Amino acid sequence: MSATRIRILSARNVLPLGRGQSGGAQRSDGDSKLRLLTSPHLSPSSPARALSSLSATRRGLPQEKMSENGMMSRAKVLTIDNMNPTVKKVEYAVRGPIVQRALELERELSEGMKKPFAEVIKANIGDAHAMGQQPITFFRQVLALCSYPELLNDNTFPEDAKSRAHRILQSCGGNSMGSYSASQGIESVRKDVALYIERRDGGMPCDPDNIYLTTGASDGIVTMLKLLVCGEGASRTGIMISIPQYPLYSAALAELGAVQINYYLNEENCWSMDINELQRALNEAREYCNPRALCIINPGNPTGQVQSRQCIEDVIRFAAKERLFLMADEVYQDNVYADGCEFHSFKKVLFEMGPEYSKSVELASFHSTSKCYMGECGFRGGYMEIINMDDEVKVQLTKLVSVRLCPPVPGQALMDLVVNPPQPGEPSYDSFLKERTATLNALAEKAKLTEQVLNTVQGISCNPVQGAMYSFPRIIIPEKAIKEAMALGQQPDMFYCMKMLEETGICLVPGSGFGQKDGTYHFRYKIPLSRIRMSFCHFKFTLQYS
Amino acid sequence: MSVLQNTPYGRSLKHLEYAALGGRAYQIRKELKQGLEKPFKTVIDVSSGNLHSAGIKPLTFVRQVFAACLYPQLIKSNKLPADVKQRAQALLEECAGGSVGSYTPTRGIPEVIHRISQFITWRDKGAASNPENIYLTPGSQWALENILKILVNRLASPGTGILTPVPCYSTSILSMNLLGAILVPYYLDEENGWELHVQELHRALASAKGVCNPRAVYIINPGNPVGQVQSKKSMQEVIQFVYEKRLILLADEVYQDSIYTGNSTFYSYRKVLSEMGPPFSDTVELASFHSVSKGFIGECGLRCGYVELVNLDPSLKDYIYKLFSKDSCAPVLGQIAMDLMTNPPQPGDPSYSLYEAEIRAIRDTVTDNVKRASAVFNSLPCVSHHPVNGGAFLFPKIDLPTKAVQKAKEENLEPDTFYCYRLLEETGVYACPGSEYGQAAGSHHIRVCTLISRDVMEELLTRLSSFHRRFMKNLS
Repeated sequence: MSATRIRILSARNVLPLGRGQSGGAQRSDGDSKLRLLTSPHLSPSSPARALSSLSATRRGLPQEKMSENGMMSRAKVLTIDNMNPTVKKVEYAVRGPIVQRALELERELSEGMKKPFAEVIKANIGDAHAMGQQPITFFRQVLALCSYPELLNDNTFPEDAKSRAHRILQSCGGNSMGSYSASQGIESVRKDVALYIERRDGGMPCDPDNIYLTTGASDGIVTMLKLLVCGEGASRTGIMISIPQYPLYSAALAELGAVQINYYLNEENCWSMDINELQRALNEAREYCNPRALCIINPGNPTGQVQSRQCIEDVIRFAAKERLFLMADEVYQDNVYADGCEFHSFKKVLFEMGPEYSKSVELASFHSTSKCYMGECGFRGGYMEIINMDDEVKVQLTKLVSVRLCPPVPGQALMDLVVNPPQPGEPSYDSFLKERTATLNALAEKAKLTEQVLNTVQGISCNPVQGAMYSFPRIIIPEKAIKEAMALGQQPDMFYCMKMLEETGICLVPGSGFGQKDGTYHFRYKIPLSRIRMSFCHFKFTLQYS
Repeated sequence: MSVLQNTPYGRSLKHLEYAALGGRAYQIRKELKQGLEKPFKTVIDVSSGNLHSAGIKPLTFVRQVFAACLYPQLIKSNKLPADVKQRAQALLEECAGGSVGSYTPTRGIPEVIHRISQFITWRDKGAASNPENIYLTPGSQWALENILKILVNRLASPGTGILTPVPCYSTSILSMNLLGAILVPYYLDEENGWELHVQELHRALASAKGVCNPRAVYIINPGNPVGQVQSKKSMQEVIQFVYEKRLILLADEVYQDSIYTGNSTFYSYRKVLSEMGPPFSDTVELASFHSVSKGFIGECGLRCGYVELVNLDPSLKDYIYKLFSKDSCAPVLGQIAMDLMTNPPQPGDPSYSLYEAEIRAIRDTVTDNVKRASAVFNSLPCVSHHPVNGGAFLFPKIDLPTKAVQKAKEENLEPDTFYCYRLLEETGVYACPGSEYGQAAGSHHIRVCTLISRDVMEELLTRLSSFHRRFMKNLS
């Protein structure tokens, strides 16, 4: 394959710059290569997009409306009918209606209302600290020192924490984490991230200029999707995503008006990826959209599968052959538990496949401070590494990240520590290693235990949790329950999860929020660090509805 | 020909131009570190409201609370004042798992939001704020983008129009443009303290006829780049305008703490709206934005802002919630900063006197900076600066000579960008060109941040003055 192939993501087919400049006429030579949206039209025949055909214009909308008691009241200016139609399609199950109910129950409990449970257990969200995981002491010491540098005079803090804090503060404007950083992120942090990636990937070179620090990995993922999505009607961008998937993807795709192309993971084979299934999904999608990217979450969320190296190679070949931009969501890369499973980064495998692929396949890989052994979700730290991106597209990327101003600096500082942890010989090394090992071991142990316990329950079957932080067991829902759910207008697994919540206080996310094969039902359960209480609850439900 | 075609923002959307200026500033800093000889020893960066990087110190109380929240062992120690420890303890109890590393609910930590709404109610002397309508985000621009997403239909024909001021904060312009909005400019009156005349809003709206479907008015008060503080009368006129014309009001109020003359008061749009009573107070749909990046706290790098929604259709609530929820939540340290900013130490608290002293020092510094800089600007040939009462920047007008304009054209730069490049290369001062914000055709300005230490301001003015005189002499 020629190394001078035309990029998939090129200036000619990337991010439409709004509608052109304001009013549309100010163009100069510099802009002529950039693609601009012109005379946009909704294609009503596009089967994958059920966008509202209601006009967004104000003309014809009622200025007044009658209220119930017959009084004339002024109609709202911004209404469901004239809001941006794509925003209406956004769903995000992880923080969806079941969570709202869980919060309500918590409030009721705190007000003294009697419930069949003493506390609400929020097993819906991948939030480690909320579930009792402890932060890494060294990280918090450095961040405290960075926040209030007076503490650098305090001899209860170890020397290595202090020198790290010095180094971080020197890279911040005015030696304060409260200063804006460059939009791409602090340069010294990006350099450290690049070195980390090189070490992780057996020495494969990493250019710090290809590193973008982000507000959590989600921010990076959404930014890349914004770049990728364009076109109209049959040429509208399609993005391939696994089913089940982490619903950030479906939410972002809905909001951007992109076409979501589902490829099914194989539940019978421990949620593995199958190239034939990728091909099927792609071929079908080509009928009605322009597939441009393939998203893969490895280790998987919600399913936890860890892809084999062979599989990753196959996916890269597939992406190269079909000219797809690869998006590798690798935020759980340290969370690998099962024997025989190993995390292989897409970047590493890509480069090991030689220049035929490494010089041409366009790849973005994502990491975060929210998961792994750190679990610092609240910091919103993350980065993405961009491989083989067209230079002009990079210019557009620069624009997009500048709207964010910069990623949160404490998150950048934390990322610096994550990629640059204490080394052997340093004062904090032993305790750091101990804490990290304990956390990862606890997760591994509980992952196994969760799988075991769930599999003892009739009606639940759980694949081994190879990695990440969740189990995604399949549940058999009795016909009677399905009927009752339908009557309520609820998905059967939502109905199940709601019952579980009301009766046990355990908040899960129904599988329908992630996607699943028709006729199957699941829930996602964040692996607890404490007791697993699932078994009896399911038993009662099955009994009640059989 | 439509008024919109020769948009004042046209050039500001050529992002490359001013991004390149920032890139050059960065390069120069590196060259200085490497020991390269230059006519100056340091770069003075007044290109953005980045308080801590230009000599304004973080507030001690705020940073102490951060440290204690990050490393709770400090709460048990005797290194921090009692009120710091109490505050940190209370905040940690409001965080899931007692950790600032946990996610929070989408709109933010509920107790924090509740206290913010109490602050708003207090600030607006009784116009009650409903915490259910407040969303904390990673910066106010993030919140603005989400609200714009709800408003702007990129695929609609005609397109969604937003009335925006000239001059206007450049990131907002970029954000609207990227979302597919059409900007409908309304000009602030430079000769009269950059006042907003409602007749100008009418003219702008009329100009949009047949071009786009205007849906909102974006107002920055106090302004950016120009620091005008709107009078109540002007705000009432704006409210009447949006009411009559059925437009959403987007009120960017992040500089509300930056008022530095005694004869100006900040009124929030929601306060004025409430005082006007029905039908305005219960129908005008308003989104107001605030941030921890500015004011005295200046914690830009922490990324936290909020939007408060007033009178929006309740049936939109779920959609709005879901849109915000996919972004998880604002950084927790930033949420804490917002809490501390809106609920600072009170008289009697151990940290109160230090806190007040630090605030006063910053306020005095900025007031002096503005006075000093205005005087210097107005003493320079071909520079005029109209007094403004607030905000974080000065935006003096520079009458560039024809020769300078010519040279700029040869280098394919806007004249004021050319001026800023020369200023940077010759003196190390990094200011922003007016073309980045939009300005009346043929006029040129630069934007200079005033939230800097006195020393830095003095040095800046010295360098700028000598440069300017040289520049004008050589290019007249």
